Amino acid sequence: MIGLSHYLTVAAILFTIGIFGIFLNRKNVIIIMMSVELILLAVNINLVAFSTALNDLVGQVFALLVLTVAAAEAAIGLAILVTYFRNRGTIAVDDITLMKG
Amino acid sequence: MMTFLQQADAAAAAPEILLAVLAMVLLMLGVFSRREAYTTVASGAVIALVVAIATVIWGTGSGKVTAFGGSFIVDDFARLMKVLAMGGSAIAIILSGRFLGRVGMAKFEYPVIILLATTGMMMMISAGDLISLYMGLELQSLALYVVAAINRDDAKSSEAGLKYFVLGALSSGMLLYGASLVYGFTGSTQFTAIAATLGATGSNLGVLFGLVFIISGLAFKVSAVPFHMWTPDVYEGAPTPVTAFFAAAPKIAAMALFIRVLTGPFAPVVKDWQQIVVFVSLASMVLGAFAAIGQTNIKRLLAYSSIGHMGYALVGLAAGSDEGVQGVVIYMLIYLLTTVGVFACVLAMRRQGRAVESISDLAGLARTNKGLAFVFSMLMFSLAGIPPLAGFFGKLFVFMAAVKAGLWALAIIGVIASVVGAYYYLRIVKTIYFDEPAAAFDDMDGEVKTIAYASGIFSLAFVVIAQPLLSLATAAAMSLH
Repeated sequence: MIGLSHYLTVAAILFTIGIFGIFLNRKNVIIIMMSVELILLAVNINLVAFSTALNDLVGQVFALLVLTVAAAEAAIGLAILVTYFRNRGTIAVDDITLMKG
Repeated sequence: MMTFLQQADAAAAAPEILLAVLAMVLLMLGVFSRREAYTTVASGAVIALVVAIATVIWGTGSGKVTAFGGSFIVDDFARLMKVLAMGGSAIAIILSGRFLGRVGMAKFEYPVIILLATTGMMMMISAGDLISLYMGLELQSLALYVVAAINRDDAKSSEAGLKYFVLGALSSGMLLYGASLVYGFTGSTQFTAIAATLGATGSNLGVLFGLVFIISGLAFKVSAVPFHMWTPDVYEGAPTPVTAFFAAAPKIAAMALFIRVLTGPFAPVVKDWQQIVVFVSLASMVLGAFAAIGQTNIKRLLAYSSIGHMGYALVGLAAGSDEGVQGVVIYMLIYLLTTVGVFACVLAMRRQGRAVESISDLAGLARTNKGLAFVFSMLMFSLAGIPPLAGFFGKLFVFMAAVKAGLWALAIIGVIASVVGAYYYLRIVKTIYFDEPAAAFDDMDGEVKTIAYASGIFSLAFVVIAQPLLSLATAAAMSLH
């Protein structure tokens, strides 16, 4: 029987992969954005699982709002990435070093 | 529609609704006007903010009012913090106009985005539910990402925007994961219900994890160590008026949210979060003091300075008492009014129409522009916390609250950090008064001059006008119960 703890474990694993994806990735900013989406996905799994377990709709409402905001966030992130690429001609993580210290 | 709004007591949210609608009206005005509409839209935005401030003060009733089934709280604390946040935004728009015009960045989108960010801040300040907390926070953050990268032809500005976006998205994700855990383990997203559950059952591991994640997300928004990495880069990379905006209003809103979350839903588990806040506050004070010493860029130095100041403000929150909250409120008020003055001074640093940003450019300012030199030095003394200037009293209140709560070590390390911090503030004063004069700056713009001088006078005269401000802060702290 698959219960709440299984869903929570999957969500925790996804969340951890997302965090590691942001910190260990040295190649490409797009991968960072994918990792952020993964984190939000983990949150949504958590919310829906809790919502079902608690028999309370609020969690699912929350999940829908998170989906909407995630879309807006991705749009803005990509827009900023495009302006960055126009200025620098690269989106490699190692090259984002104009300012340091 | 009308009846729905009435049922939800939407009148309490009138200032937010007003700002959101006016932001969209101004956006339409900008899009459909034939000529470059920056001046019109910017003045409209300032007027909108002033009207919203008036609505907050006179149009939201008195005492504690809740709307939308408890998701939205308006109390004295919210009213004061909203007025501060909107004031900070209005001043940032006023400071921006001519600077942006000079670098060809005077686009009408800028004031509109600032209005939307301010709406988000107000929702954060009034949040009474994890969902409204998240929506407010994201409305603010998404607008701030865009503002940081507003100078899209400048590599530094877009790099600042990109860094802020990546780290900001990560912190929102962590906050949200924490929120989902708290929801799951307490069974509700409403602050009052969470407080009731935690009061009855105490904390468990799930809630504790959620609490840590939520605090991480909030610490990022106030730029407290260990989530401060974005601050120096964004402060340096963003255009100076944008930096002035970043340093003022969003900090107020994020600190208000920090206070509301920790003293609201998590009030029953104060022992659990107190040690985390003590650590965050300590680390911020120490890093803010030491990392700023080697800086040569004034904006970068002010970034580390703001990290340190958030550390001092969090000392009051760490105390976990009404007095502590009162200290934080008064600290943020002083911080806001001093910071806008400091950034007005930084905006006055122009030679032959070009902005200069390094500390050595200030050399001998006392001989070329006495007034600016005096105001700049007074604001630096105030930030350093030297009596009898405003900044001293801010520190006094938070440290007193910490001592009363028995946090001796925190207060002592805080005082040591502020002595170390005084070194780099005083070094600026020394550069201004005793170094060989560099070439004179261009004449100051009228509005920049007014704001810098007003802020200088405030920090000098705080002793005289402190009483009403203190009673406002006390009322705000008491209203959180």
